[in-house]
Amino acid sequence: MYPHTHHQSNEPILDAQNLSVRYDGRSALDDISFHLHAGERVAVVGPNGAGKSTLFKVIAGVLPPTSGTVTVSGSRPAAHVCIGYVPQRAHVDWNFPVNVADVVMMGRSAVMGAFRWPTRRDWNFVHDALDTVEMRGLAARQIGELSGGQQQRMFIARALAQEAELMLMDEPLTGLDLPAQEGILNLLDTLQKQNVTVMVATHDLDQAEKYFDRVMLLNQTLFGFGRPDAVLKPEILLKAYGNRLKLVDANGKLTTLDDTCCGDE
Amino acid sequence: MTWLLEPLSYPFMLRGLAAGALVGVVCAVVGTYVVLRGMAFFGDALAHTVLPGVALGYILSGGERASLFWWALGTAILASLGIGALSRNARIKEDTAIGVIFAGMFALGIALISTVRSYAVDLSHFLFGDVLGVTNRDLILTAVFGGIVLFLVFIFYKEFLTLSFDPVLAATLRMPVGLLNNLLLALIAVTVAVSMQTVGVALMVAMLVTPAATAYLLTRRLWKMMVVAAIIGAASSVTGLYFSYYLNIASGAAIVLTATAIFIVVFLFNPRQGALRRG
Repeated sequence: MYPHTHHQSNEPILDAQNLSVRYDGRSALDDISFHLHAGERVAVVGPNGAGKSTLFKVIAGVLPPTSGTVTVSGSRPAAHVCIGYVPQRAHVDWNFPVNVADVVMMGRSAVMGAFRWPTRRDWNFVHDALDTVEMRGLAARQIGELSGGQQQRMFIARALAQEAELMLMDEPLTGLDLPAQEGILNLLDTLQKQNVTVMVATHDLDQAEKYFDRVMLLNQTLFGFGRPDAVLKPEILLKAYGNRLKLVDANGKLTTLDDTCCGDE
Repeated sequence: MTWLLEPLSYPFMLRGLAAGALVGVVCAVVGTYVVLRGMAFFGDALAHTVLPGVALGYILSGGERASLFWWALGTAILASLGIGALSRNARIKEDTAIGVIFAGMFALGIALISTVRSYAVDLSHFLFGDVLGVTNRDLILTAVFGGIVLFLVFIFYKEFLTLSFDPVLAATLRMPVGLLNNLLLALIAVTVAVSMQTVGVALMVAMLVTPAATAYLLTRRLWKMMVVAAIIGAASSVTGLYFSYYLNIASGAAIVLTATAIFIVVFLFNPRQGALRRG
């Protein structure tokens, strides 16, 4: 229970080699290879069912790949407790009897170890994490009473309390209003300053282009991985999305409309 | 005051009250997870699945009741792990699989008991409990095994909480998810065995679910839900036994009816989200 693995700083924080996942003979991910360095911020885009959630689960060490390998700082993901998974809000039971501090404290479980109760040090981590996401005043709030943006920031605080060095965020911006989206995007800047590596699954190609260092274009296989302007080109997008994507030329600026928005995968 | 004290002059009543309160607390605390994880049907099925084991023990021991606790315990643990494995591997839906097994095992239990001469009386004890027939030895077993269950719920509090709220987080924190799930099933099984004498298999699910569901309406944190559920569970048992004593109704039924009445009152009138206080 609760392993502890030292990181080798000369290794990439995340290295995927020839990853494939098949369910019942159907391919969910096919031959994916890439690597990330510490502090990078990557948007993962692709149509519904592209395998974004599957990829995150494999990286998190929760789902074993059918073939291929993932290493996190030089060892397999399941040896690490530093991978933070931020779930889709739609997948959470918001009536569960916990408050914000309870949820953030869950992130400390592994560091605390079995048969241990939170110490002052653990509470300091929780309070610092809540300060970072500007939610200290809401620590005692029941989670069902939070706004969408607050719910999302609470889960980021939980990953911070976990001392996660690699955060996987599944559609953190979906269903949020613009100010709340901005709050999350600002938070990504803060995380980058703390050298946290972040992968964000998103439907919004504009945001991917504007706010991320690199973009991964995924639809079962990797259609592109690199700087946004190199990946988000019409011809590559059309190849990845097929005819599920509309390209609109507005005032010389290319706007993309993904008509598969916002469902589960 | 004499109406309160009078029943206490009977040793069987004292033992019944103690057993009822203990069972009320243990069922309510474990029931918290049953309610939060949507396992009510599993709990009901498990209780019924214990019947053939108990019946077999009853026949083999020649109608002697002292060893029945162990038969119940063994059957419950086997059945809980079996249902757990079935629901993970089966190609049919989990609740369907549970339904098939549970009805079949229950029928087997009834068939076995019907081979015994004093069939009707014995069957009703197994189905509806016999809290006033609790012996000192039963009481000690209840206290020891109930205590073990509460102790395990306590020391694995943060693990069970995390696993119930967010299984993916539990997995990324490298908790032994499969082991913890099986441990929880086993705890429910022990609780069922411990409670059999008091409420019987037919009404068991009410003791697991009703006090916890009531507490769910009243509280917003897990440990408070457990404490409130335990108080409601114990109070239902004690109050129910008094009703049973004065109104001359079956004890298990009286306990469950009391718990149900508390639930209905809370559901309608609780200050936070009562059905009649909304809007």
